[in-house]
Amino acid sequence: MVVDTEVQAPPPVPRRRRRRRQLTRRDKIVATLFVGIPLLLDLAFVWFPALASVFLSFTKWTGVGSLHLKACGKPPLPGLPQPGCMYGVQNYNIAFTNYPDFWPAVRHNLIWLIVFMVIAAPLGMLFAVLIDRGLRGGRVYQSVLFLPVMLSLALIGIIWELIYSNNYGLINTIIGHNKNNNLIDWLGDPSLNLWAILVEAVWRQSGYVMVLYLAGLKAVDPALREAAKIDGANEWQTFWRVTFPTLKPINIVILVVTVIESLRAFDLVYITGKGNPVKGLELLSVEVTQNIVGETQRIGFGSTLGVVLLVISLVPITIFLVQTFRRDEEER
Amino acid sequence: MVDQSVPGVASPSRRTILKSLAGLAGIAAVPGALAACSSSGGNSSNTSGAAGGSSSAGAASGTISFGSNYSDPQPKDAFAALTQSATASTKVKVNINTVDHNTFQNNISAYLQGTPDDLATWFAGYRLQFFAAQGLLDPIDDVWDKIGGNFNDATKSLSKGADGKYYLVPIYNYPWVVFYNKSTFSKNGYDIPQNWDQFIALAKQMQKDGLVPLAFAEKDGWPALGTFDIINLRVNGYDYHIKLMQHKIPWTDKGVTDVFDHWREVMPYLQNGANGRLWQDAAKTLENKQAGMMFQGSNQVAANYAASNLADLDFFPYPEINSAYGQDYMDAPTDGFMMPKKGKNKDAAKAILEYIGTGDAESTFLKTDHWDVGVAQGLVAPSYNAIQKKSTEAISQCKSVSQFMDRDTVPDMATAMIKLIQGFIDDPSASSVQSLQKSAEKQAKTIFG
Amino acid sequence: MKVRTGRIAAHVFMLAMVLLWIVPVLFALYVALRPEKETNRLGYVSVAHKLTFSNFSDAWHQGRIWHFFMNSVWITLPAVVVTLFLASCVAYVVSRLSFKFNVALLIVFTAGNLLPQQVLITPLYRLYLAIHVPHFLSDSGLLYDSRLGLIVINVSFQLGFSVFVLSNYMKTIPRDIDEAALVDGASLWTRYWRIVLPLCRPAMAALATLLTTWIYNDFFWAITLISHGDKRPITSALANLQGQFVTNQNMISAAALMAAIPTLVVYVLLQKQFIAGLSLGASKG
Repeated sequence: MVVDTEVQAPPPVPRRRRRRRQLTRRDKIVATLFVGIPLLLDLAFVWFPALASVFLSFTKWTGVGSLHLKACGKPPLPGLPQPGCMYGVQNYNIAFTNYPDFWPAVRHNLIWLIVFMVIAAPLGMLFAVLIDRGLRGGRVYQSVLFLPVMLSLALIGIIWELIYSNNYGLINTIIGHNKNNNLIDWLGDPSLNLWAILVEAVWRQSGYVMVLYLAGLKAVDPALREAAKIDGANEWQTFWRVTFPTLKPINIVILVVTVIESLRAFDLVYITGKGNPVKGLELLSVEVTQNIVGETQRIGFGSTLGVVLLVISLVPITIFLVQTFRRDEEER
Repeated sequence: MVDQSVPGVASPSRRTILKSLAGLAGIAAVPGALAACSSSGGNSSNTSGAAGGSSSAGAASGTISFGSNYSDPQPKDAFAALTQSATASTKVKVNINTVDHNTFQNNISAYLQGTPDDLATWFAGYRLQFFAAQGLLDPIDDVWDKIGGNFNDATKSLSKGADGKYYLVPIYNYPWVVFYNKSTFSKNGYDIPQNWDQFIALAKQMQKDGLVPLAFAEKDGWPALGTFDIINLRVNGYDYHIKLMQHKIPWTDKGVTDVFDHWREVMPYLQNGANGRLWQDAAKTLENKQAGMMFQGSNQVAANYAASNLADLDFFPYPEINSAYGQDYMDAPTDGFMMPKKGKNKDAAKAILEYIGTGDAESTFLKTDHWDVGVAQGLVAPSYNAIQKKSTEAISQCKSVSQFMDRDTVPDMATAMIKLIQGFIDDPSASSVQSLQKSAEKQAKTIFG
Repeated sequence: MKVRTGRIAAHVFMLAMVLLWIVPVLFALYVALRPEKETNRLGYVSVAHKLTFSNFSDAWHQGRIWHFFMNSVWITLPAVVVTLFLASCVAYVVSRLSFKFNVALLIVFTAGNLLPQQVLITPLYRLYLAIHVPHFLSDSGLLYDSRLGLIVINVSFQLGFSVFVLSNYMKTIPRDIDEAALVDGASLWTRYWRIVLPLCRPAMAALATLLTTWIYNDFFWAITLISHGDKRPITSALANLQGQFVTNQNMISAAALMAAIPTLVVYVLLQKQFIAGLSLGASKG
């Protein structure tokens, strides 16, 4: 990671000294508060819990009563919970070898990611490029395509249930598959439901990508494109050779948003299953939630799944940070 | 051994079975016959219970909050009526905090540890013991000292934790049976099936007649567990079922394979696409007479029927599969109220519980509830309809009743089974059952281990 | 000629997409406008015999939409304002002062926002149960099950993104401006509040739109950190409604559509600034 403070604060020494001096005592206090309060919030409510989750992943705990720092023994009564205890890597072992939802969840998260990368992101990009070219009615297109982004995922789940409903829904009625002997169970059939949900997700995600991309395109110097045109490049070439490379920063933002959103995917599945487990819709985030806020809490195990999710998310986070802050470095 | 530590519900010896038989008979509208075992005070004892409730209420006062998962409109009304009459009797004000059914259950552990209400709705059985054993509930033995006379032994043991203390005041239970519309049966000349072969034959006939033989839904997760329960009770009997629930019999056992083999046989007659359907929608297909039958709790099917259609609704117990067990058992889950340890106004909460633990209170609740049946001894609420009268009878005829898979076993195990059974519904092949059983056993080992 | 076919193709494509995008919403509206009895009989896809607002009014009353909506307002508004304020403070220091840990700070904030919420929830939940706050701030006496608690976590979690966007935006504002003010003897606070902040208006507007949507639409924190159905913000209360009217999809759709109105209003009001503000923030980001 590029935590290079020297580069970040490069002004020549005398200048720096001058500015330092101009900070009064009061200014210094204000500056400390400016950074201190938000930092405290961030550390206390985001970073501390994240690190604590890592610790909890090595325990076995129902979340009731205290957590002891000794190894787990035999439970007093089969099935009834015991006080929290240290479980070593046993949770990881169970996750990888015993928990039947683990690998499907990982696979579904990956599918989610791939669909977002291959379909949602390019689609959003295409929308943005077309609108940015000044298509007539672009404003209307933009508003409609952005609409789902403003809706909550919970709401999207509810809306689409009307589309997918077995006996009454839009799709089954239109294609005539709403009778008992031929109906298509879009949201229940484990081989279909993930894809059905992904349609909902893409429906929203493309609009999101579109807006980010539009913002990026607005910032591209039109002169560049004009120059390319004069040089005889067609639109396709202009886009890929001129516009796209200048959009590197926004591309990275979109890449990260895509990865993070697909790892965070939760609401749609939760609302579709009404909080119940649904076969075919296993996702890491949902599994974590079900283990730690379900009727019985397996805090240690849930945290383990959370840590797996954390480790996977660290990859794009690191890429993003390195890219972003290296650019800062180059700019100076 | 473990039998001693988990008394009553969890480990039914022959004695408890007989007792519960006797006790349940006491509830039923068959006075005299077996009711001798229990103090058949009937309504008189209920009234005294009510008096006890109100007399002690003089000491308690103020307001309590009551966490409720009765979120559907009609149970919500019934519950409101109950709390109103409780307030009238005890002078304790009740604020109801309604959370939808599923969320309430999913959050129960967090809820009990966080800022729970003074009282909350909950379920009898292992599901009660599980939370009681973790010290999240307060025992209410003193309440039971006053209301004990109103209930039979089976109900009493259902209300206890693993430590033998009382943690629940029950309000009602309801049977899981096969519902049908009388008009459909008379129009097509169908007979009530007594055994498995007749059942399958009837289903086949219904299919020929253009009906969905059995309305079925599993999107909520739990409904299909009922089908497993009943087939297991019919094929392997009650003791086996409870042992399996407590993992004293492995899930890979041949008996479990038998259950799924039978289920596979009836699968072609179950409504398609169950994994994506809510039970309410399945009940709708029965009500609209597109389906011939539906196996589910009366608390769901009858509650979901429009009042005008209710007269047409009837039920029969799940048909016999193994003659050794006949139709001796069923799931008849009991619901009630518990007192979270972190609740605040204990005295007032207990006063309310004392009131609720009376036949009068149950009758009040049942005025608006036309699908459940009270559990107070000898109670025949004046408002009972045909379904309720028949329910009381059906439950009392059982040699033993189980609660429901998600109440009879560790909640984690029930959750694991939900996923596995959804897999079975999707692919009911023998090989899928084999891997299902293996996975269930593997998970049971970590859950009970 | 070629350009023209391209244009036409583009229009056809966009029209098709727009149709795809609008159909689910219009369909929900259509279902919401029809009586349940009718759709039970005919299915959702059928010619309406009767259009009525009764589902909306029923959902409004039975679902207590206004109550839950006000819950959302009392969570979203303070959270957005506080987030913007705190984030702009950090952004100002990071972009204006040569502070040793500038990059480290940015990394802490930015990365924090990218963590999956589920990773935080267990310890956060325990933390919320452990932190006692005065009763006038939270009627549960804890951060758990309180409006304040939701505000705190939403602020903490969203700070990261806002700091990131605002610090990038502030870097594009020439330093000369506040150096001139410095010469006039303006304090740090004055330079921040009077000079830089007003210049950040476009970015703030864009962020305000996004934050409002995100916080208003948040589902996860609300279902895990609020135990009383009454205190829930509207988005998660919809799940409650779904439990209550489970058989009446028409009413649920009506409730869902009503719940969407506020974010749509915000978007329409701030749409103009939205792209502009975001563009400067993001492209330089």
